[in-house]
Amino acid sequence: MKIQVIVNHKKIQMEVAYDEFLVDVLRRYGFNSVKRGCDTGNCGLCTIWIEGKPTLSCSTLAVRVNNKNLTTIEGIGEEAKDFAAFMVAEGAEQCGFCSPGFVMTVLAMKRELKNPTEEDIIHYLTGNLCRCTGYVGQLRAVKTYMGVA
Amino acid sequence: MKIINQSIRKLDGMDVATGKPLYTDDLVNANALVIKILRSPHAFAKIKSINIEKAEKLEGVECILTHKDVPNERFTMAGQSYPEPSPYDRLILDEYVRYVGDEVAIIAAIDEKTAIKAMKMIAVSYEVLEPVLNFEEAIGHTSIVHPEDNLQVNFDIGMKKEKNITATALIESGNVEKELGKSPVIVEETYYTQAQAHAMMETQRAFTYMDSNGRLTIVSSTQIPFHVRRIVARALQVPKSKIRVVKPKIGGGFGGKQTASVEVFPAIVTLKTGKPAKIIYDRKESLNCTTSRHAMRITVKIGADHEGNIQAIDMKGLSDTGAYGEHASTVFSVAGYKTLPLYNSAKAVRFSGNVVYTNKMPAGALRGYGVTQGIFALESAANQLADKLNMDPTELRAKNIIKEGETNPISGTLDSCTLDRCIEKGKQLIGWQEKYPRKIISDTKVRSVGMAITMQGSGIAAIDVANVTIKLNDDGLYSLLIGATEMGMGCDTVLTQMAAEILETTMDKFVVPGVDTDSSPYDTGSYASSTTYVTGNATIKAAEDLKLKLLKKASEMLGISLEKLDFQGDTIKVLNHEEKVVSLSQIAEYVSAGEGKQEQLMGTGTFGGDKSPPPFIAGFAEVEVDKETGKIDLIDYVAVIDCGTVINPKLARIQAEGGLVQGIGMAMYEDVIYNQRGQMMTNTFMQYKIPCRKDINKITVDFESSYEPSGPFGAKSIGEVVINTPPPAIAHAVYNAVGVHVRSLPITPEKVLKGIWKFQ
Repeated sequence: MKIQVIVNHKKIQMEVAYDEFLVDVLRRYGFNSVKRGCDTGNCGLCTIWIEGKPTLSCSTLAVRVNNKNLTTIEGIGEEAKDFAAFMVAEGAEQCGFCSPGFVMTVLAMKRELKNPTEEDIIHYLTGNLCRCTGYVGQLRAVKTYMGVA
Repeated sequence: MKIINQSIRKLDGMDVATGKPLYTDDLVNANALVIKILRSPHAFAKIKSINIEKAEKLEGVECILTHKDVPNERFTMAGQSYPEPSPYDRLILDEYVRYVGDEVAIIAAIDEKTAIKAMKMIAVSYEVLEPVLNFEEAIGHTSIVHPEDNLQVNFDIGMKKEKNITATALIESGNVEKELGKSPVIVEETYYTQAQAHAMMETQRAFTYMDSNGRLTIVSSTQIPFHVRRIVARALQVPKSKIRVVKPKIGGGFGGKQTASVEVFPAIVTLKTGKPAKIIYDRKESLNCTTSRHAMRITVKIGADHEGNIQAIDMKGLSDTGAYGEHASTVFSVAGYKTLPLYNSAKAVRFSGNVVYTNKMPAGALRGYGVTQGIFALESAANQLADKLNMDPTELRAKNIIKEGETNPISGTLDSCTLDRCIEKGKQLIGWQEKYPRKIISDTKVRSVGMAITMQGSGIAAIDVANVTIKLNDDGLYSLLIGATEMGMGCDTVLTQMAAEILETTMDKFVVPGVDTDSSPYDTGSYASSTTYVTGNATIKAAEDLKLKLLKKASEMLGISLEKLDFQGDTIKVLNHEEKVVSLSQIAEYVSAGEGKQEQLMGTGTFGGDKSPPPFIAGFAEVEVDKETGKIDLIDYVAVIDCGTVINPKLARIQAEGGLVQGIGMAMYEDVIYNQRGQMMTNTFMQYKIPCRKDINKITVDFESSYEPSGPFGAKSIGEVVINTPPPAIAHAVYNAVGVHVRSLPITPEKVLKGIWKFQ
């Protein structure tokens, strides 16, 4: 079936199967930043924004996003680079495979939380797994980026 | 030093952090066939018949392969230098299936849906056999996991396959029985470590196609491109020269990609069909159908005098390699080789035991490679010895550990070691004096500290080899060509730092392409903590070689003898005649065109060391234990590291933090459970819990640098050593809190609570 979506400010008509998950459709249409890390909604690698809200694209059926506004990291290049620079300064990107989903969650958090505590930040980001960094370097980067002491 | 010991940002950092399409599955040809594997539902069975007739006829199915379609020559998927110590005990597909998840048939179709549909149409009839599920009952079991007669070993590893023994080990120095007999204080305990999963975020994957020269090209997320080429060549019985392996960006490896778990499947499909093919493992396959850490049982017996001088250490091990013997003998012997040298006060030491086959997922290489298992046992026993002697465990270490310049019977003399200083600094950072052994926080909560030490190696002595080429391009920039594989740890950056230091220039003058076996110089690969030390040493030689060639060329261009020239990176000047100068880009132009002066300026360097200098760590854990529930909160973890010169402090720190958290996962969360039928119950992230952000509080990393004379700029490794201390240090802290020894990993609240109840 066909769905109509706006991905990164561009209207696209997508051909999708009734049982296809959004992560697979996005990758099929060339949005390769969106990664799949598990099949159980645990890892957060596939996080994109649907109407500005961070959402697991592996747990969202593609047909459910008909007429919706989607954002992947490709669509917010400059903002992503701003934060990524803080991660890279800490060396906290390491293999980078979890970065696209992580960056999308961090940028959503920046919009959503005003003056968060360290605890708020950890809570918000806890659905994004990383096996390389041990999280503390990422936390240093996020705190500097968010201006949290 | 201008560039060494600087926290330079990772060269590929911004690209990977912002989601550029650089990984294997981002590069696949859209028309590639999709491969799915039909897997065994039985732990041990012989295939009586497979009917693929219906499945083959399904529209969109390209080919279905069974054990009748593959070469009958056994191979190993272990990525090791030839001749591999791992047995050749696999076929691409076998008539025997040896664990739940073992491969039965390869299905290649136009898309995933069709492949899965076809898979369900294959009818297999099995003769179900009695599986060997408990590794402690493997030796002499009525079932033989490998009954076939064409299993091969390259040299004697002590295999007795009719008894399910894959390999045996014996490392011995001195008379252990005699020294133990004379020791008035003895500790003897048995420890169990679990089959930890790598859980790298990018699962195992590869795609294949035929190139324009009729050669099979494999693009793979691998740590071992050159080994993959040799492994696939043997498995498929085609010449190595007909295969090319390309490594793009990798989403983490941790040893899981030091085993060629997936490459043979798309490779055989492409060879048979001539068409591109891809295989992407889902998380379940990654956790259930690749490799894991070897689960082990290790009994440690330590003898000491009343003053705490260790006299003898005896370690008896049993290792579970599962259905196949990837890395079986080497991981096992490393559990002794790279733990026993820590206590060179002992007059006699021994490590012995067996590796056994069982009907479970095969084990393989995982960060730590046996040391993690050995250290949990040895350090837990050392802590218990200190307790028995009423001695501060840090004092026991101070009395017995190896120090710089000292010798041990297992691995010789240590040229660099600051372990004693690591312990002292760690004590300060954790607040040992105030916190040891415990503080009562409330009626139900106790806080306590624990500690452990470890070592590892830097590459494999006399086996690992790295070649590096640095090429001056016609634009005056350098290409740094390496065969070591960047997988997120930053080796491309660290090696460029070394080259830039020697060539007295800046990081932006270098490009480091990915690995391609057709064009990259040979390197055994990124494993065994080898890139900084082994490939680093080769990089220095290559840079020095090129530097000399640049000087010679400048001498020719300026008509001035070599010794009067001053190499200044971007330019070469004449001493005392600053106006006489030639720039790097001028040299590049000069050799690129005209007057018969053309020359490709390249420096090459090769390194294969005769030793593997160990890095060291002292690790300290502070925990809070709830006596009512057994719950453990890790308050702080301190690691003080001697990795020699720190080439890049921030990248080293991140490596350490990440490895510590992986070790914390092994210590506290990551449980592997099989049911009675041999099915792995922990094959998703729902059941197999790796640490998440909320599990980690404070991590404190510091360095006490020694200077390793054989290392590049004095450096040793850091990649693996970081994972080893958390299991024993956390177990020690839990004991200090509530008096419960947990000797079987992971240290769960259930085990702690059961221990507490025993007292009541």
